[in-house]
Amino acid sequence: MMLLELKRVTFHHGQTPILRDFSLAMAPGEHRLLLGPSGSGKTTLINLIAGLRTADAGEIRIAGEDMAALPRAARDDLRRRRIGLVFQTLRLVSALSVRRNLQLAQALAGRSRDDGEIDGLLLALGLSHRAEANPRDLSQGEAQRAAVARALVARPDLLIADEPTSALDDANADRVARLLLDMAAQTGATLLVASHDARLREHIADTTMLLPC
Amino acid sequence: MLTLALAYLRDRGLVTLLNIVLLALAVAMLVILLLFSTQAADRFARDSRGIDLVVGAKGSPLQLILSSVYHVDTATGNIPLQSLELLRNDPGVARAIPLALGDSFRGFRIVGTEPDFLGLHDARLAVGRMYAAPGEAVLGAEVARVTGAAVGQKFVGSHGLDDSQAHAATPFSVVGVLAPTGTVTDRLILTSIASVWAVHGIAHPHAHGDEGSGDHHNHDHATDAPHGAVLDPRGGPQPEITAILISYRNAMAAIRLPAAINRQTALQSASPAAETARLLTLFGAAIEGARIFAWLLALTAGLSIFVVLLSASRSREGDMALLQVMGATRWQVMGVVLLEGLMMAAAGALIGLVAGHALIGVGRMAFPTLADIGLSPWLLHPGEAAIVAAMLGIGTVAAVIPALRVFRTDLALTLSRGS
Repeated sequence: MMLLELKRVTFHHGQTPILRDFSLAMAPGEHRLLLGPSGSGKTTLINLIAGLRTADAGEIRIAGEDMAALPRAARDDLRRRRIGLVFQTLRLVSALSVRRNLQLAQALAGRSRDDGEIDGLLLALGLSHRAEANPRDLSQGEAQRAAVARALVARPDLLIADEPTSALDDANADRVARLLLDMAAQTGATLLVASHDARLREHIADTTMLLPC
Repeated sequence: MLTLALAYLRDRGLVTLLNIVLLALAVAMLVILLLFSTQAADRFARDSRGIDLVVGAKGSPLQLILSSVYHVDTATGNIPLQSLELLRNDPGVARAIPLALGDSFRGFRIVGTEPDFLGLHDARLAVGRMYAAPGEAVLGAEVARVTGAAVGQKFVGSHGLDDSQAHAATPFSVVGVLAPTGTVTDRLILTSIASVWAVHGIAHPHAHGDEGSGDHHNHDHATDAPHGAVLDPRGGPQPEITAILISYRNAMAAIRLPAAINRQTALQSASPAAETARLLTLFGAAIEGARIFAWLLALTAGLSIFVVLLSASRSREGDMALLQVMGATRWQVMGVVLLEGLMMAAAGALIGLVAGHALIGVGRMAFPTLADIGLSPWLLHPGEAAIVAAMLGIGTVAAVIPALRVFRTDLALTLSRGS
């Protein structure tokens, strides 16, 4: 069974078509790069998969469950159990330290607190020395890596990253991409990366092109 | 969620502190007013228990009650000793206890009276025996505690309520100490009326020289009126007392006696219940005014919490959306905002409670009159729970509207905006 299935998904913003008859299928453990320029609908597609938007037409299934058919609470629960998101805008909670952000993500995912795993992730992402820092004090690159760490610490079945390397230099982009792949491989998670950053093609061979309607 | 709410409060520490201080001020003020009004009323009721009427020299009836029942004011003057016998022979009088006031020891009033006085406040001897001979005294529990005096020790009383004019020639011997009663008796030194006369009697020429001896209507009542004897027109000493505490035998006495006594040129009667009610009414207006101010302060704090949380919920819309996407329910996210309001209110209420009691303790040390009326910082009143509950209610209500924003948030739109 596919973990993620999109069948002829169509979405309009007002009268403006954003996605038209878009289809995608990903098996468990598969890695896919959704490559497209700005305005091509990548973020909209992620919102549809995460259940934050409802498609005008078509079908979206996560682990066989039709997102559109689920009531809100069940949809939220499905997202909590299955999906990890790295947002383009990062959205770290600024009142909490980096470590606390990760602990919060662990707790909200319903997992017991595991400081060892958090320390390991921070070390792998080169953020050990910033564990107690306030997100406001992080550089853009550090914040991006912290956001990736937060998504990974929830151990999702489907990890979706929206422009995870957009603000990073080559070295850091390479580090984050490797980490995403390594962690996905370690946990068996399915990885969907939406980006306009063609550098990622070096790391993720399976690519789906998304072009503006 | 509790950790997150605490983190948000810490994140804007100064504003949080300001709101807590505002609420704490309001709570402290309300607690002080509550404790003052209830403890004073309770104390007045306890101290006047069993006393239906007080008979004393003409003057202010309130002053007569304050000096003779609560022992916080100077006496109105003296009355002839014969008044006591007249009243005791009245069929409407069940009990008449004489008082002779005038001296003190380290601020504690020396009261010349009869052993029946102990029955008014159910006082019992904790140590020693009751006074018998002139010059013997029994100490109230608070007097013994504060002065450190014990059975067998001697002390010298002073004229009035200060220590400036000591009766060094007529010391008192402590023969007993009373168990605590929670009434004014704890703060009194009891002796026989004869002892008071002996101290102020003809054996001590200074005793009344500056107080218009021979005509108690000319007493300087700014100092506690000392009493023992005046010169009889025939040349001999005429014993006097300060007041008589009356208990009625029947209801008819309540109608007949006050009028009969007030017709006497030298006497007045005053009802502790009526005068205390008048006093509390006078206090009551001021207390009500202060109480209204305190509640306005609490509402201002609530409004401030509302403004802060509303502003915070707008600026934190992204966080709120993120939490939901990460798995928090809307109720949980709403709970974070409500918890912030509640925690500010709880901290303000707790600090205010402690501050209110502490300020009463400080006030008691700074103003001995507060101790005289029995105001205690250690007593809790059930009304304090209502004040705390009201503050928690204010904190919750102030947080509800900001918290409800959670239900209006478009998660995708919010998360797509810049952080």
